Amino acid sequence: MSAPGNDQIATSAGRSNNLLARLILRRILLGFGLLLAASMLVYGGVEMLPGDFAATYLGRDATPESVEHVRKELGLDRPMIQRYGEWLGGIVQGDFGTSWSNHNSVAEQLWKRLGNSMLLAVASAAIAVPLALGLGMIAVRYRNRFPDRAISILSLAAVSLPEFFIGYLLIQFFTVQLGVAAFPATVYDGMSLGERLSAIALPVLTLVVAVLAHMMRMTRSAILNVMSSPYVETAELKGLSALRIIAEHAAPNAVAPIVTVIALNLAALVVGVVVIEVVFVYPGIGQYMVDAVTVRDMPVVQACGLIFAAIYIVLNLLADIVSILANPRLRHPR
Amino acid sequence: MRLKSMPISARVGAAGILVVVACAVFAPLIAPYDQSAIVGEVWAPMGGDFLLGTDSLGRDLLSRLIFGARATLFVALAATMLSFAIGMLLSFTAVVSGGVVDQLLSRFNDLMMSVPGLILALVVLAVLPQGTLILILVMAAIDSTRVYRIGRAVALDVSVMDFVEAAWLRGEGKLWIIFREILPNTLAPLLGEFGLRFAYSILFLATLSFLGLGIQPPAADWGGMVKDNKDGIIFGVSASLIPGAAIAGLVISVNLVVDWMINSTASLKGGRGDA
Repeated sequence: MSAPGNDQIATSAGRSNNLLARLILRRILLGFGLLLAASMLVYGGVEMLPGDFAATYLGRDATPESVEHVRKELGLDRPMIQRYGEWLGGIVQGDFGTSWSNHNSVAEQLWKRLGNSMLLAVASAAIAVPLALGLGMIAVRYRNRFPDRAISILSLAAVSLPEFFIGYLLIQFFTVQLGVAAFPATVYDGMSLGERLSAIALPVLTLVVAVLAHMMRMTRSAILNVMSSPYVETAELKGLSALRIIAEHAAPNAVAPIVTVIALNLAALVVGVVVIEVVFVYPGIGQYMVDAVTVRDMPVVQACGLIFAAIYIVLNLLADIVSILANPRLRHPR
Repeated sequence: MRLKSMPISARVGAAGILVVVACAVFAPLIAPYDQSAIVGEVWAPMGGDFLLGTDSLGRDLLSRLIFGARATLFVALAATMLSFAIGMLLSFTAVVSGGVVDQLLSRFNDLMMSVPGLILALVVLAVLPQGTLILILVMAAIDSTRVYRIGRAVALDVSVMDFVEAAWLRGEGKLWIIFREILPNTLAPLLGEFGLRFAYSILFLATLSFLGLGIQPPAADWGGMVKDNKDGIIFGVSASLIPGAAIAGLVISVNLVVDWMINSTASLKGGRGDA
């Protein structure tokens, strides 16, 4: 009589896997929907705001005739829906249009600069994530004692500093006083990875300081949350060793919150890149966007905005999926 | 939350905020020079006639710092207050109405939050004409999405209380429920949130001004002053570090006070540990 029982278990496991796949697929579809809506926000929402593109494009030379001419030239005389469709269609094929200010292809610049920015973000994340997790655990281990208090006061100060201030402080110290770091952080084609890494040392350090405190505070409270739950108390009262409690009871339940912390802060890192690149005159996508905003070069602004939104949405999506995988309770939403 | 029981850290924070407010209110009386008058050489060192030196155009840095407190405080405070007004009104309306209204508002809010705040601000400010009013409106609109999310969660807890139920049964309208039942009972938790958002607004404004999209010259503001003097850093001129330190000091002060406010209300809840 054991065969049917086994069968039942097998099918129920299969069904649960199926359910999981469906749930994740739904999240991914939702992410796509959100991305599409964000593209509408970046393109359509902006065009609905007051302010005439052609007039801003011409600046002071705007006469009614020239405005009309430019509107035709830029294709602004056609209905918005049609232009949005063409814009989105182009992007799907890798064409982000041409810049208004220098008539170059946006995509070409975008990919090159995105690579530079990603190098910056990935290098910062590689340092900040392990450091934040380690410090967060130390803070929990020595809770309410000296290390915890020191970390908590320092991190309160660090989250209050504007990113550019951290950057200039580090430049003042490492470049002006000690003369050991490069400023501005220039990278160009043909540089080896090692040269690049030494050129971006200071911006990376700035980003690490900017994101570390926040990530660490969130890690600390995520672990504390798990450590103060009843089942950990029970494990303590059972007389289990601290190591076993952490490894078998606390860690599996802390995965989801910690992954969320990491994803949220990676998203913050990607946005933080904008300011840091301006501080260090670094040729990345953030600098590209800020320059375009000051001269109101809309195709570039919209392309960069969409890229940033896409990265942000994908990171949040990944955090969602890992949470679902790590926490069986989330597989059966109420 | 008694003033007497204020810990030292919160007292330091409150003192810091008071200094900045005093600078903003009495700026013309305290400042030694006019904020836009060119009074000396470019990047004169500290000391002598100019306590903190001069900036990239030869204007007195201390005077600009004192006048800059005005624009920085005013814009950040106005944006935070407006964002709370919008966020709370919309979130309370969503909770009280429920159904389709709640769904529409909440999904639209999710969409707005799916694009990072700074990026959204950059895109929008690329189109809109520059001006202080527009700056406040843009900052408030972006920040109100964060207020909405928290306001909705807090209001949802209150809306299922017996006294709200009783008000519905009495036949009160939605406006009464929002302003007389939910609002007074959510003010305490939202006060700490207000402080946090205010600190965030100061940083956000400083970032926008630093990128050249915030408060426009010649009016002094701290973020813009960092931008004006940033080229001096490589020559060892610390003129851009001083306004940066002022921003950091103000935000730390606000955070110290907020920390105390949140802790003193959180301890009422009890529970094991301090998680």
